[in-house]
Amino acid sequence: MCGIVGLYLKNPALEARLGELFEPMLIAMTDRGPDSAGFAIYGDEVAEQSIKLTLRHPDTEFDWEDLAEQAKTGLSASLEWFQNANVAVFKLAADESAARQWFAEHAPDVLILSIGRSIEILKEVGLPVEIAERFSLASMQGTHIIGHTRMATESAVTMEGSHPFSTGMDLCLVHNGSLSNHNRLREALRREGISFETENDSEVAAGYLTWRLRQGDTLKQALESALQDLDGFFTFTIGTRNGFAVIRDPIACKPAVLAETEDYVAMASEYQALTSLPGIEKARVWEPEPATVYAWERQGQ
Amino acid sequence: MKTVDLSKTSVRELNQALHDQAQTCTEREWQVLQPAGKHNLVCGLDQNLSIDIQGHAGYYCAGMNKKAHVVVHGNVGQGVAENMMSGSVRVKGDASQSAGATAHGGLLVIEGNAAARCGISMKGVDIVVQGNVGHMSCFMGQAGTLVVCGDAGDALGDSLYEVHIYVKGQVKSLGADCVEKEMRDEHLQELAALLNRAGVNEDPAQFRRYGSARELYNFKVDNAAAY
Repeated sequence: MCGIVGLYLKNPALEARLGELFEPMLIAMTDRGPDSAGFAIYGDEVAEQSIKLTLRHPDTEFDWEDLAEQAKTGLSASLEWFQNANVAVFKLAADESAARQWFAEHAPDVLILSIGRSIEILKEVGLPVEIAERFSLASMQGTHIIGHTRMATESAVTMEGSHPFSTGMDLCLVHNGSLSNHNRLREALRREGISFETENDSEVAAGYLTWRLRQGDTLKQALESALQDLDGFFTFTIGTRNGFAVIRDPIACKPAVLAETEDYVAMASEYQALTSLPGIEKARVWEPEPATVYAWERQGQ
Repeated sequence: MKTVDLSKTSVRELNQALHDQAQTCTEREWQVLQPAGKHNLVCGLDQNLSIDIQGHAGYYCAGMNKKAHVVVHGNVGQGVAENMMSGSVRVKGDASQSAGATAHGGLLVIEGNAAARCGISMKGVDIVVQGNVGHMSCFMGQAGTLVVCGDAGDALGDSLYEVHIYVKGQVKSLGADCVEKEMRDEHLQELAALLNRAGVNEDPAQFRRYGSARELYNFKVDNAAAY
């Protein structure tokens, strides 16, 4: 089943309250996905030549400070970091491939949940309310956020199999539905140099978009290609560094509702998840059409 | 009039209170506040009640309705008035997919748009949509009337039986075995009466009629022996 939710702020004055506004949306979708939950938040952007990594270690006592010191020397880069439960965010003046290679060699137990200039992904097995509390979601700030509550179908209930999935810089995707051609497509994408961490179908959709964007597609073009090449049921919400998009397959069995005011655009599997938003009574609320790309992007960034 | 606030009362309590009216009716008029997109509101009613839902409702709102008259002052999720037997349901906003699915009777009016599969497998209900309907609307529709004042999506009336479909706007495509048919006087009268019942101000002469060509396998008597 699964629930998906997204909140994209148009009014910068609300950025300090992004987590607080989003937390009840995620928790409202518990009925649709009680086995795991996660979210990708965009904000606190690093400078152009820098990257931000969200890193996870299963041990809450893991010595991040030691790893940060090693990474600083190993990558000869300036580094700032902070810890949030069993996850740490490293901000580095380095490039993506060098960082991936260094962590793979020197910290094989550490999983990279996301890399980008703005994105941080946090996800775990458990009820949405537990995940929100563990990572102090309510106090987070940012420009946009997308989240997922999972009821697993195509792969096991694990942290790795939970959403959002990120396979490229600042790009992430949450999915309600199931894909039928993910095995063959995963093989084809591996040959194109896209790497996958799991056997999950939704990760393939994220990988597909990463590949299309690398080929020079705009986000809209990549999503239109996805309509041709992905076989199965899906409502996707996609986050990029400065944007937010929603798309449903042509059959559109999987639900979605959008709401827009002067202050925000919000997306959810069900209207129930939007009722806590300020001004929702006056919002334009509608169901996105099948096979139609809805995208919002910040200009001038 | 009795008012139920769903921020203080559960959906189950509301529905039970409404079901209790079936035996002995003590309150005809009901108002539901703070529906907040909750599912299964005012389902399975069996009494001549008048209910106003003030806000957006979730899935299967007014499902299995018998006799009651329900007005939703907002949008509804999928399956509004599914399997309705009689009475009426009016949605002031939009409806998600499968509005009026399998409904046997009564009147469903959607003042906004209805999404995909509106009237799927309908069995006698009359549905009037003032906006557009999505793809596969009236799929396998068996009896009743579907009126669309806006446009219809792909595959309208696929595998249709005996439903009368009237569309004022564009039809993106017709489904298997669905064809445009002549609009005769009896159809103009039927449509005028239904628009009148629905309180919709449209000119019947501007609509086109669609129905089953009755060419599919199940219409051939020669195939009856296969069962």
